[in-house]
Amino acid sequence: MTGIERIERTFEACRAGGRAALVTYVMGGDPDLAGSQAMALACVEGGADLLEIGIPFSDPIADGPTIQAAAERALAAGTTVAGVLRVAAAVRRAAPGVPIALMGYVNPILAHGEERFLAGAARAGVDALILPDLPPEEAQGLRARALAHGIALVFLLAPTSTPARRRAACDAAGGFLYFVSVTGVTGARRDLPAELPALLAEVRRESPVPVVVGFGVSEAAQARALAPLADGVVVGSAVVQRAAAPGTRAARAARVRRFVAKLRRAMGRPMGAGGD
Amino acid sequence: MSTFPDARGRYGDYGGRFVPETLVPALDELEAAWKAARLDPSFRAELDELLRRFAGRPTPLGEARRLGADAGGCRVLLKREDLCHTGAHKINNTLGQVLLARRMGKRRIIAETGAGQHGVATATAAALFGLPCDVFMGALDVERQALNVFRMQLLGARVIPVTAGSRTLKDAMNEAIRDWVTHVRDTHYIIGSVAGPHPYPAMVRDFQSVIGDEARAQVLEVAGRLPDAVVACVGGGSNAMGIFSAFLDDAGVALVGVEAAGLGLSTSHHGAALARGRPGVLHGSRSYLLQTPDGQIAEAHSISAGLDYPGVGPELAYLKDSGRLTLATATDREALDALQYLARTEGIIPALESAHAVAEAVKRARALGPEGLLVVNISGRGDKDVEQVRRALAAREAAAPRRKAARKRRAPARRDGRGR
Repeated sequence: MTGIERIERTFEACRAGGRAALVTYVMGGDPDLAGSQAMALACVEGGADLLEIGIPFSDPIADGPTIQAAAERALAAGTTVAGVLRVAAAVRRAAPGVPIALMGYVNPILAHGEERFLAGAARAGVDALILPDLPPEEAQGLRARALAHGIALVFLLAPTSTPARRRAACDAAGGFLYFVSVTGVTGARRDLPAELPALLAEVRRESPVPVVVGFGVSEAAQARALAPLADGVVVGSAVVQRAAAPGTRAARAARVRRFVAKLRRAMGRPMGAGGD
Repeated sequence: MSTFPDARGRYGDYGGRFVPETLVPALDELEAAWKAARLDPSFRAELDELLRRFAGRPTPLGEARRLGADAGGCRVLLKREDLCHTGAHKINNTLGQVLLARRMGKRRIIAETGAGQHGVATATAAALFGLPCDVFMGALDVERQALNVFRMQLLGARVIPVTAGSRTLKDAMNEAIRDWVTHVRDTHYIIGSVAGPHPYPAMVRDFQSVIGDEARAQVLEVAGRLPDAVVACVGGGSNAMGIFSAFLDDAGVALVGVEAAGLGLSTSHHGAALARGRPGVLHGSRSYLLQTPDGQIAEAHSISAGLDYPGVGPELAYLKDSGRLTLATATDREALDALQYLARTEGIIPALESAHAVAEAVKRARALGPEGLLVVNISGRGDKDVEQVRRALAAREAAAPRRKAARKRRAPARRDGRGR
C-alpha cells in the first residue's frame, strides 16, 4: 500500500462513518525520541485518524511559541532527521493503518540529502510531507520525486490565497490539502475568523482531494464546530502543550490520550448533518 | 548579469520564495507595486527629492590621502555613506520602502534589526510619514545596543525584544516574519538587507544602487578611470550590492566582498557565510548559510552586530559561484585595528562593519602600489560603536599589557600585512 492509498482509505473510512478525520501533531524528539514516539501512539490510542510528526528546525517561521519551544527541546536533546525517521518507523509498526505525515522545514531535509530523505521516509512508512516554507512554485521538483516514492507532498492554503493560487494548489494537490484557518502562525486561539466556513466550502468545492483545516484549533468545542466544514481537523499546539506538561512519560501519555479522545468524541457528534 | 533575478526571483540556483503560503500573495503585491513604481516618474522624483533633502545625498567620494601614501601611493577613494542621515546607508532603502508601503495603502511598518541601524533608519522613515512602526530586535542585541533602542523609541517606534533562539538578528527576523504572517493585510515589512524572499533581494539592491551609481560617476570624474577594485563589507550584503551593482558589467573592476572572520575562520565564531557556509534555505531564500551538518542554522559571531548574521543575500551567492565576486575576510581584531587606523589617519571613525572593508582595502592598496585605484564603501559611521570599541580595547590591553606600548606606535594594518 502506498502512502497516498493509506491516506485515501483513511478519509474514505471517516466519510463512511459520517465524520471528519482527526489529525494530531507531535514534535519528533520532544523531549526525546522515545518520548515523542509514546505521545504519537497515545494520539492513536485516543482515536487520532492521521498523525503529523514534526521535524525540529532552529528557525521555524510558521510556528508560534508552543511549537518553537518544542523544537528547541527536541534539538537540545540532539534530535536529527534520521532520529525522526526512526520514530516514524516505530509508529508505523505499532499502528499499520494510520497515515503519518512529517511536518517541517526545507533546510534540514536538504542537509540530510533530499533523495536519501525520501528513500528513508518511504522505508519508514511515511505517507506525506508538509513543508510550510515550500509553496507550490518552489515545490515542483520535490513533489515529483516524493511521488516516485509513493509519498504525497501536501500543500497549504491560507485565507489570503487568491483564487488563482487556490486552483494551482488544487491542480498539484497530493494526499490532502491543508487549509490554514487564520493569517498567522501555529498556536492555540480562542476565536477563529468569521469568513472561515465560506472559504472552506469554496476550497472543498474546487479540491480533488480531502481538505483539512488547522492552525489555532485548541479545544474540543472548536474541533466540533469545524468538523462539519472540513474533511479533517488538525490539532497541534494543544496536543504539544499536554505532551510537554510536567509528569512522568506515562502520565503525559495518559493526558494526551484523554485529550485526543475528547476531541474525537466532540467531532463524532456533528452538530448538523454529517456531510454535505 | 544585471538582468537578474529571473521571473521566479532566482539568481541561478539561489533566491526564490521559501515562505508560508499566507505571505505569497503579499509578495506578489509588493513585487507588482515595486515594478510599477520603478516605471513611475513621480515615484522616482519623490524618492530622489527625499534622498537629496532629507537623507543628504549625494554622499561624497573623498580621497584618503594619508592612508594612500602610507600604503605606498595607491589612490584610495572613500564612498562616504557614513554621512547619510541616521549615519549609514540603510536610510536609502527604508525611504524607498516606506514610499512603496504608502503606495500600497499599508498602514503599519515592521522591521527587524541587529545593531539597530536598520531599525533606526526604518523608525526615521516611518516617523517622516506618520506610520506606526514596530521593530523586532533580539533580546541580547537590545541589551548590547541600548542607545539605538532609545533612538528608535525617540523616533516613536516600539522596540519588541525577541527572546527565542539565539536572541539575535536571525531570531528578530523570524519574529518579524511571524508578525507579518499575522498582520499581512495592513502591514508592510521593511527588510534591511538584500536577503529574504523575492522581491526583497532585488528591490533592496535597487534602492541601494544609488551608492554605486554615484560612486561610478564620481570616480570617473575624480580619477578619469574606473577603479581596480571596489571594496565593501558583507553581512547580508546591502551596502555591497548597492555599490557593486553599478560595476557588475565592468569586467576590469574587482568586486571585493569582505566578510567577518570574527575570532578566526578556523574557529566556529565568525560570520563568513560565503567563505565557510553551505547552500541552504533560511528566511525565504536559498543562499549560502552557516549551518550544522544536520541543517540547523548556526549562530554567527562578529564584533560588528551588522555582520553577525548566518546568511547572505542570494545575488552575492550567485556572484561568488560565477567568479565575479572576490571573497575576503577580516577578523574582529583586524576590524578594530582598522577602525582606529582610519580614525587617526583620515579623521573618520567608521562603523565596525565598514572597518572590515577598510582592513582589506589597506592590504589591497599595498599590493596595488602607486598605480592602483581603489573605491571603499564606508557604509556607516562608528558613533554607535564607540562604547563597544572602548570596552574591546580595554579588554585587549588587560590581556596583553606589556605589548601595549609597542602596538601604539605602529600602524595596526601594517602589522597585519606583515603577518601574512
